[in-house]
Amino acid sequence: MADNPQVPGAQQRPLSPHLTIYRWPVTMMTSITHRATGIALSMGMVVLAWWLVSISNGPEGFESFHAVVDTPLGLLVLFAITWSLAFHFCNGIRHLAWDLGYGFSKEASRQGSILVIALSVILAVAIFACVWTGHGGYLR
Amino acid sequence: MNTPLQRVQGLGASHSGTGHFWRQRVTAVALVPLSLWFLYVAIGLAGTTEVSALVFLAHPWNAILMAAFVVIALYHAALGLQVVIDDYIHTAGSKIFFFLLVRFAVIATGSTCIFALLRIAAQ
Repeated sequence: MADNPQVPGAQQRPLSPHLTIYRWPVTMMTSITHRATGIALSMGMVVLAWWLVSISNGPEGFESFHAVVDTPLGLLVLFAITWSLAFHFCNGIRHLAWDLGYGFSKEASRQGSILVIALSVILAVAIFACVWTGHGGYLR
Repeated sequence: MNTPLQRVQGLGASHSGTGHFWRQRVTAVALVPLSLWFLYVAIGLAGTTEVSALVFLAHPWNAILMAAFVVIALYHAALGLQVVIDDYIHTAGSKIFFFLLVRFAVIATGSTCIFALLRIAAQ
């Protein structure tokens, strides 16, 4: 393992300008958001596990899940997970495109970032609007 | 599904070659259709009773797809969280602690999901 740059004693060495000094370009925003939404989705998997368990527990189990999720805070968390999935999905496809060698130019990555942000918000709002206007529940 | 580079001796500074990178991509590609399917299911079951969810998930194809989504998503999550730990945690002890935490949490979540799916299928 490399030497820890944060040990005391090493503090006198000059450091290159760090995050706080830069004006944040939009590509930097989407990069860190990809990581943040990934962490959020990892925690969202626990909610998915809880949902599956509640279904397997019969009516009472399902009601106890909905008693928490149907509150304003619960819905906010659900919306956060939905948007995180939308963002991580869109930006993940961008990552896969990069792996194939597409979209690396400065302008393309800037436009891609803006596109992913817009698309993820539209997707998440559309999903919630779809359910709220009664277009969900088709697997009844 | 390994790159030729991984087969050579001396796998670089990480000692694991491109294995982590490659698995992250393979799971990502698998999750593209699985996430879309999951979204279709989540919207389709929104606002329904537990009977609808039970009947839907008891169907073998749906149970298999849900199990695949859960397992692959958790694998992808473990790989991603490992990179986060690698980047932000610098002491060996804490690193090992968080690696173990992530792995145990992922296995606990995954087995809970699979058990729930089996229980649903048995009803």
